[in-house]
Amino acid sequence: MRREPFFWITISCGLVIMAFILLPLIEMMTAPSLSMLKETIKDKDVVRSIWLSIYTAGLAALISFVLGTPLAYLLARRNFMGKRLVEGIIDLPIVIPHPVVGIAILSVAGRNHWIGQLLSELGIRVMGSVTGIVIVLTFVGMPFYLNAAKNGFESISPRLEKVSRSLGASMFSTFFRITFPLAWRSMLIGIIMCCARAISEFGAVVIVAYHPMIAPVLIYERFEAYGLKYSQPVAVWLVSLCLALFLTLRILTLGKTREV
Amino acid sequence: MIRVKDLNISLPGFKLSEINLSIGENEFFILMGPTGAGKTVLLEAIAGLVPVKSGTIFIGERNITALPPEKRGISIVYQDYALFPHLTVLENITYGLHFHRIDKAQAEKRLNRLLEVVNLSHLKERLPVNLSGGEKQRVSLARALMVEPKVLLLDEPLSALDPNFREEVRNALKRLHQSSNTTFLMVTHDFVEVLSLAGRAAVMNKGRIEQTGQVKEIFEKPASPFVADFVGMKNLFKASFRGIYAMVSGLKIETGRAVDPSSQYLAVRPEDIVISRNKFSSSMRNNYSGIIIQIDNQGFYYEIDVRIKDVSFKGLITKGALIELGLEEGIPVYVSFKASAVHVF
Repeated sequence: MRREPFFWITISCGLVIMAFILLPLIEMMTAPSLSMLKETIKDKDVVRSIWLSIYTAGLAALISFVLGTPLAYLLARRNFMGKRLVEGIIDLPIVIPHPVVGIAILSVAGRNHWIGQLLSELGIRVMGSVTGIVIVLTFVGMPFYLNAAKNGFESISPRLEKVSRSLGASMFSTFFRITFPLAWRSMLIGIIMCCARAISEFGAVVIVAYHPMIAPVLIYERFEAYGLKYSQPVAVWLVSLCLALFLTLRILTLGKTREV
Repeated sequence: MIRVKDLNISLPGFKLSEINLSIGENEFFILMGPTGAGKTVLLEAIAGLVPVKSGTIFIGERNITALPPEKRGISIVYQDYALFPHLTVLENITYGLHFHRIDKAQAEKRLNRLLEVVNLSHLKERLPVNLSGGEKQRVSLARALMVEPKVLLLDEPLSALDPNFREEVRNALKRLHQSSNTTFLMVTHDFVEVLSLAGRAAVMNKGRIEQTGQVKEIFEKPASPFVADFVGMKNLFKASFRGIYAMVSGLKIETGRAVDPSSQYLAVRPEDIVISRNKFSSSMRNNYSGIIIQIDNQGFYYEIDVRIKDVSFKGLITKGALIELGLEEGIPVYVSFKASAVHVF
């Protein structure tokens, strides 16, 4: 059968986009030699920064999960005045330029603001600290978790919860026996998205905390000081470790569940 | 058993006003009404799933208006089954037992009896996704009854099913009602279900109850034009009355009894209308000649629209009768009905 021109247009556009995304990535991933990669991973600074990136992003996702789940549920289940506004506010961190996020957080956590003064009295330092990094990463990652979890809750019929209540289950029991088992996949995807977004953050972090150095800042520094060749191996390690981490997480959790 | 008193509900864009309802112990009560009449909202209010603005709901002597749904002892079955997709048939049915303290042996006995009545014993380990519609609804029924609720609410439980499954679930419903002490309150707009299941019924419209009574009474003596139209009184006319006669646009109709002169409407069910080619000699008091203006195929039946002067009467006949009488659009026919088939209100 002869294909229509339309078909060939869709295929060729698809191929262009695939190449556009994959070419630079493959080029970067294959640029450093194996010996260089080996040498890089022996560098304590590199290991420390990658580890810092991973665990601060993990913490940001954990905070989003704990604080965000109830709000996501509320947004999925209730209609109230100003709901659109709340949803718009949640999406704000996605659209704000990254350095602006850093500046905005500093303007609250700095010495000239009462919150900043309170924090410093409590001995909590935001500027140039792990705390600061986690705050920034939570700020930029939270919307991704909230939206994914909200979509997950929305896809569960409220009638399942109503039936559960009518059979004698309290709201808490209903959530843990019905809603959570049906929504946790979406929540997990939200956590992964939030983590991924957090790990990739550079602009906001560099303003709040140049040191301790997360991996993107280290990559940037190496690029500035020594050039492309020295920043590439670190990037390769960061990307591969993250991919491996997400893949195992997905395989581990999605592998052994019943098909619903 | 269930007593709803002056219930008012106000939701965005929807209202229930002044609902009063009284349903006896172990009764099978049916709530009818068009889409958007508020039937589901009323069920959910009784179950405690919708906030009530004012009024009270009693189960027995107990005022349950302020109780959360899990404390009411009322189960609910939805049209779309609402089975828990991550639990097996058995886990679905026994779900409620997590929250009710009952003896293990007794639970086992109850489970086996229910599985037998709804005929699901062989499907216990299946997940809902692998069940047919009829099977799903039977699981949902068993799950609702496993906790021995005082009241079972059914929201159009048969409407999503294929016709052949519908009968199977309807029979299961009937058996379950007979073998339990539970009061059944069901929403439907299928008259077959109403006539085969219910003792008493109510008709709702626009957030109000229009009529409550024995099913027979509602079908035979509709209390308002809305109810008449809803229960299938296709021939509904504005009329003036004098003695035992009614006048409908110049047509004189005998009602067979003295009618309250303040009545305004007259109705005849289409299935009470006899259509014939020759003048019908019988005891029927109302005989008219007219012309067929339309024949409408309605599946098992044909709806014949006959114009008599300025009035159009609708009658139902079978396909066989249509062929035998040789009815066609445009031919003259006779229309007859008994005086007792005339409803006035």
